[in-house]
Amino acid sequence: MILFLAALGVLLAGGLGAALAGRRAALATALGAGGALLGGGLGAAAALAGILERSSTTLSVGWGAPFGTIELNIDVLSAVFLLPTFLVPALAAIYGAGYLQHWRHTRSLGGAWFAYDVLVASMALVLAARGTLVFLVAWEVMALASFLLVTFEHERLEVRRAGWIYLVATHLGTAALLVFFLLLGGAGGDFRTPISGQGASAVLPGALFLLALVGFGTKAGLAPLHVWLPEAHPVAPSHVSAVMSGVMIETGIYGILRATLLLGPPPWWWGACLLGIGVVSTLVGVLLALAQQDLKRLLAYSSVEHVGIMAMGGGLGLLGVAGGNTLVALLGFSAALLHMLNHSLFKALLFLAAGAVKHATGTLALDRLGGLLRRMRDTGAVMLAGTLGAAALPPLNGFAGELLLFAAALAAAANAPLELAGPGTLVLITLGLAGALAAAAGVKAFGAVFLGQPRGPEALAAREVKSPMRVPMHLLAAGCVALGLFPALGLVLVARAAVVLADGAGPGMMVAVDAALGLARRAGYAALALLVLASLVALLRRLLLRGRSVGAADTWACGYEGAVPRAQYTGSSLVQPAVAFFKPVLTSTRPAVVPPTGFHPAAASFRADTPDVFRHGFWQPVFRRLAGWLERPRALQHGSTHLYLLYIFVTLLALLAYMRGWSR
Amino acid sequence: MGLAAYALALVLAPLLPGVVGRTRALMAGRQGAPLLQLYRDLGRLLRKGAVYSRQSTLIFRAGPVVLLAAVALALLLVPPGGGARAAVAFPADLVVFVALLALARFATVLAALDTGSSLEGMGASRELFFAALTEPALLLALVVVARASGHVSLSAMLGGELPAAWARHGVALGLAALALFVAVLAENARVPVDDPATHLELTMIHEVMVLDHSGPDLALIEYAAALKLWATSALVASLVVPVRADAAWLTALVATAGVLGVAVAIGMVESAMARLRLERVPQLLVGAGVLAAFALVLVVAG
Repeated sequence: MILFLAALGVLLAGGLGAALAGRRAALATALGAGGALLGGGLGAAAALAGILERSSTTLSVGWGAPFGTIELNIDVLSAVFLLPTFLVPALAAIYGAGYLQHWRHTRSLGGAWFAYDVLVASMALVLAARGTLVFLVAWEVMALASFLLVTFEHERLEVRRAGWIYLVATHLGTAALLVFFLLLGGAGGDFRTPISGQGASAVLPGALFLLALVGFGTKAGLAPLHVWLPEAHPVAPSHVSAVMSGVMIETGIYGILRATLLLGPPPWWWGACLLGIGVVSTLVGVLLALAQQDLKRLLAYSSVEHVGIMAMGGGLGLLGVAGGNTLVALLGFSAALLHMLNHSLFKALLFLAAGAVKHATGTLALDRLGGLLRRMRDTGAVMLAGTLGAAALPPLNGFAGELLLFAAALAAAANAPLELAGPGTLVLITLGLAGALAAAAGVKAFGAVFLGQPRGPEALAAREVKSPMRVPMHLLAAGCVALGLFPALGLVLVARAAVVLADGAGPGMMVAVDAALGLARRAGYAALALLVLASLVALLRRLLLRGRSVGAADTWACGYEGAVPRAQYTGSSLVQPAVAFFKPVLTSTRPAVVPPTGFHPAAASFRADTPDVFRHGFWQPVFRRLAGWLERPRALQHGSTHLYLLYIFVTLLALLAYMRGWSR
Repeated sequence: MGLAAYALALVLAPLLPGVVGRTRALMAGRQGAPLLQLYRDLGRLLRKGAVYSRQSTLIFRAGPVVLLAAVALALLLVPPGGGARAAVAFPADLVVFVALLALARFATVLAALDTGSSLEGMGASRELFFAALTEPALLLALVVVARASGHVSLSAMLGGELPAAWARHGVALGLAALALFVAVLAENARVPVDDPATHLELTMIHEVMVLDHSGPDLALIEYAAALKLWATSALVASLVVPVRADAAWLTALVATAGVLGVAVAIGMVESAMARLRLERVPQLLVGAGVLAAFALVLVVAG
């Protein structure tokens, strides 16, 4: 706990120092990034201690506060989430120090670093807070700090618009949380104490669960509440996108899991609800990711997909608890937590790599890039690692979490009664479909940017980024590889938290933990075997080719040599068949074609956009209708002083009449 | 038994494309290429040098290596047939099997994109799309077998209790086998999804992705394709031939005959029908998925 408080102190001190440094860019960067690095390191140590210790540590302040006490507590569930929450921002801060150099003369970096350090501290506080007031204040500070960071380039219209959408979305979520905590407090609970049996009515836990799902689900980016995510994450500076997408959205998952611990034994429909939302998020996320033409938007939608996978894991876990199936419960929760850990690494890495691409080329438009692997070897290599992780392919780290989820679903589908087998099968179908589509999206992201020939002048002029930006990417990639080769290590970190979550399922916990560990170990063996086999095959080829002619020629383009860069398949054309096939889901795909006409055709063009289904199909009509209703009272606001005098007069008359009636 | 069967598969796999081709030829009244043609091709390719495209990078060279490593590893998980266990078996190993095939595809597709050729990009695009429809069908078909047998490992669910499962859930397993067979055709780029024999670049999927590979690299690719055909055929054979023998040699005979039988079946399908139009292929694959889903409903209800 002392380490944790020291981390918070260092973060706040660094942030304040940076704020005071203001426009002195070098000083602000040193204080801000240094504070994040040191604070993150201390905090990660505190989190590790929290994971390894048997008991949880608590700090309670003697005086009370409205809605409960001021209390911090690091139990194993908090610690598991705290680990990436400190680690990823610390690495991203090094990167940010290089990334923000671009603005050192035009912008006060002190404010940005202040917001960054406060964001990290508030995320940590959210995970450790137990009293309602501290939690809500930290939650709000987290939202505001990230809003300030999202709108860093506020002179651009799309940035302001994205920031606005984010601000509205996060506060709608907070509104649901406010009601959640009020009702929870009414039943005698807070984030520490489960609600008591006698204080709660029959419907209260269910209502609380739904409120938590809406409130925390908004932050997590679960469909259909995800619409802010693909707006806000792409426009933020890349190290901030990495923190938001890799870590901040996972506080939402934490909230949902924490809430289920407080609300008593879960009925079947809670798990089904969470699982269903996870299925929708996964499919919507992966399909929209596939259709995007901006690298960071693609990554943002991929986050929606991965949060959906975590939700499916949590849902299966809850279903397992409800159905008394310990194996399914433990595998489901372990899958959710392990995937959370892995996602924080590979998604942060991917956003940092995307930032490097932006830094080097000035664009993120997939169809203008290409061939960057020759110009940016390091960035390309780490991007490949992140892509393999996000596509959940061995030997990288995304695979183990999904394997556990698959195993949970298989155990449910093969051997359990219908109420578990049905959801299990649904998860299997979803994962099968999403797995292949996620791999396709990964191929698109990596292939369109790094492979082939440059498609535009920006890509042609690209240079590798400087080492402050490269080092954190390498470290994150090393983490991805390490957790890919030794996934059991990651599982050991999250296993105790999973046991706590799956506790209500019944006997057989040790058997289930052994099964999960065995599976993770096998995923590691598969990854290692893959490396060994691939090295052997590569060695064999090298031996075969020794002393033979190894020539170089232009790409064979069937009938002529040398592929034309402009005739290459682009990212859009690569996924066109799939996007066209899923048109019923991606309803808003609208190609705009200007065909060549006449004997001497002028420039022709083709443009296809895939806006968000939920944003255009649901939220925009809802908000437009709402705005329409709210417009109506504005008829009263006429601007004429006479009219306002009349209002006053009428009000006075009404009050007089009321008083007369009252006294009588 | 498992490792011996694995070694046998590694040796015999290049026979399968020959069997398929010979079946096609016989059905068409031709004599056809020798059964051992692929062995000769591999030997010739392995003795050659290589040419790499100047536009390509390390990704292009890594493609065949990762492909072969992944497929060879996946084969390790496949029960050889006749109820025998695979060399490696554990719960949920079928997921690792599917993931390794996905990795193999990932490597091939990236290598194709690395050349910058529009034709290879076209093949990559189609391969990715069809895989997205094949993978759920493959998984669902396997889940049907898992549910029918009550096991979640390939070796266990296709093992000793399969005959009993056939007796109880015959119809469902039949449908699942059909779905699995279609998925195998798609996974191995056979007719009616793709035609490995055609040399019209615009109509191909798999062949067009490997246009630029030469020499030992092409050998690795061809051998990996044969291994994949063997692995997936062995799955189908294990499912549809629930024959159990006491002696090890008899089991090996049943297993090998089953795999060769599936190859003959593929050859018969290839000679009986033409390649589907590209826009019809998704219907076939979704149809296979729906078939498997229906089978699953039957198993769960029955």
